[in-house]
Amino acid sequence: MTDVPVLQARGLVKRYGHVTALDGADFDLMPGEVLAVIGDNGAGKTSLIKALTGAVQPDEGRILLDGRPVRFRDPLDARRHGIETVYQDLAVAASLDIASNMFLGREIRRPGLLGTVFRMLDHKRMREESARHMADLKIGLRSLTQPVESLSGGQRQGVAVARAVAWARHVVVMDEPTAALGVKESGQVLDMIRRVRDRGLPVILISHNMPHVFEIADRIHVQRLGRRVAQLKPGDHDMAEVVAIMTGALQVTPAEAAGDPDRPDDHASMSEAL
Amino acid sequence: MTTTTTAPGPGVAAGPSRVRRLLTTPSVGPLAALLLACAFFSLNSQQFLSGGNFSLIIQQVMVVGTLAIGQTLIILTAGIDLSNGAIMAFGGIVMAKLAVDGSVPPLVAIAAGLLVCAAFGAVNGLLVTTIPLPPFIVTLGMLNVVFALTHVYSADQTVVNLPAPLTALGGTFAIGGTMVTYGSLLTILLFLLFAYLLSQTAWGRHVYALGNSPEVARLTGIRTGRLTVGVYTVAGLVYGIAALLLVSRTGVGDPQAGQTDNLDSITAVVLGGTSLFGGRGLVIGTLLGALIVGVFRNGLQLMGVPSIYQTLITGVLVILAVTVDQLSRRRMR
Repeated sequence: MTDVPVLQARGLVKRYGHVTALDGADFDLMPGEVLAVIGDNGAGKTSLIKALTGAVQPDEGRILLDGRPVRFRDPLDARRHGIETVYQDLAVAASLDIASNMFLGREIRRPGLLGTVFRMLDHKRMREESARHMADLKIGLRSLTQPVESLSGGQRQGVAVARAVAWARHVVVMDEPTAALGVKESGQVLDMIRRVRDRGLPVILISHNMPHVFEIADRIHVQRLGRRVAQLKPGDHDMAEVVAIMTGALQVTPAEAAGDPDRPDDHASMSEAL
Repeated sequence: MTTTTTAPGPGVAAGPSRVRRLLTTPSVGPLAALLLACAFFSLNSQQFLSGGNFSLIIQQVMVVGTLAIGQTLIILTAGIDLSNGAIMAFGGIVMAKLAVDGSVPPLVAIAAGLLVCAAFGAVNGLLVTTIPLPPFIVTLGMLNVVFALTHVYSADQTVVNLPAPLTALGGTFAIGGTMVTYGSLLTILLFLLFAYLLSQTAWGRHVYALGNSPEVARLTGIRTGRLTVGVYTVAGLVYGIAALLLVSRTGVGDPQAGQTDNLDSITAVVLGGTSLFGGRGLVIGTLLGALIVGVFRNGLQLMGVPSIYQTLITGVLVILAVTVDQLSRRRMR
């Protein structure tokens, strides 16, 4: 791929008191790919994702969106830049229906006086657009007016994913989207992620589930001790190797760390530092 | 996984699901309870089923009913307001005192009372969001503060000889031979207004989302702090309207007024099927809840049942209503 990375980070540092959560972390998301971010607990995975989605502000380092430097003040700011996040367990308002959830915080009002003066919502249009988005992702639901709490866990996650996809212009971030789901429902969510990628939206997938990562990811970003230690293609390595890299049992070559043997990276010394 | 999304429309939803949806619609239970109570009292009392009696019931519940509108808003955000009766009493005293001995025009006195109530609501909201403190504690404290302020400001004196504008809502007009007070009409209109705001505007959706989970609401871009303060302030304004209704109904500014109205308003909300856990319920349910209490009080009175049993039955109804809420929530999970 010759394209500019959609989302890129260089040398991110985030400290909490004496704890260094991010220690010069790099990040690259290419157009149209599913990038899995893996790492042991405490590797700085969450801090990295939070920095990329505006939930925390890094102390040092740069973030580039489509090659242009950006700073996200808060998650809303990142959203305005077209980065949508599906949060684990925090995706939907349980008692509201699907259409209300899809448009929560971004409601459409009726045209004319009803909308401007009486602030009346256009329930019909929001339902129609929700139905279209759900159909695009092949999420089958009997009715869009049922409260989300009456849906299964997989369907609920589907609503959250559909909402993110509907609004994301650049990137969809999914934080452990299958963690709370059964086998069949996880499969449905993975199918959904594939469809999102097929529509051209790159996906960042944070997951502990190696089989899921290997099934769906185009590339794997391995985070360790606050840095990216490797960028791998699932086909080039087996699961045991990746886990070994993740835990530090296996050192990686500079080329692997850079994720591109043809382009010597400015962080080529990384494996020596480990 | 099915590959089609069926659009909601006539004839699409299967029979059983429609019936189930009807049964789980929040206000169906309270409506059934209200109709059953009306049928029971109609059979047991000659006077119950008349326009005049219904007009009386609405007059009896309009003050608590109006307080319960504000209470509903706050409970929908998973809060609770113990101070609404006290705030109303203070608002009523402010209106009455300013109009009688403050030498300001009556309409200015009314506006001042409304503003004072809204301000107390805003303080509640700010304490809940900025410190933050649990709504129960904030409003418990506010209950005592405002109660004391009411007695200090009024010097424990009932304010009488109110000018006409303060009691205008007590005036009546005829609907088919039944005299209805303007206050009753205003109460009904307020219920309709808030039913509209909650169901048809983005603000309403956000109130529900906030009650479901503040974190979900925040992450979807809703400014939850501002929304919460707004809800408490609007509730305060509604308590101010309740104060005007109270003054117009009693014809005096009474520092002792409204002392049990906080719990009575919670009773109406809960009987109306709104969940104390927030995020679920309808303001029309609250109207039904207030009417259930009113119908029971009125009907039992007409049957000659001592008033203490009215209180007893209200208590049983509340526990029953919350039980139904709990059981239906458990089924949802």
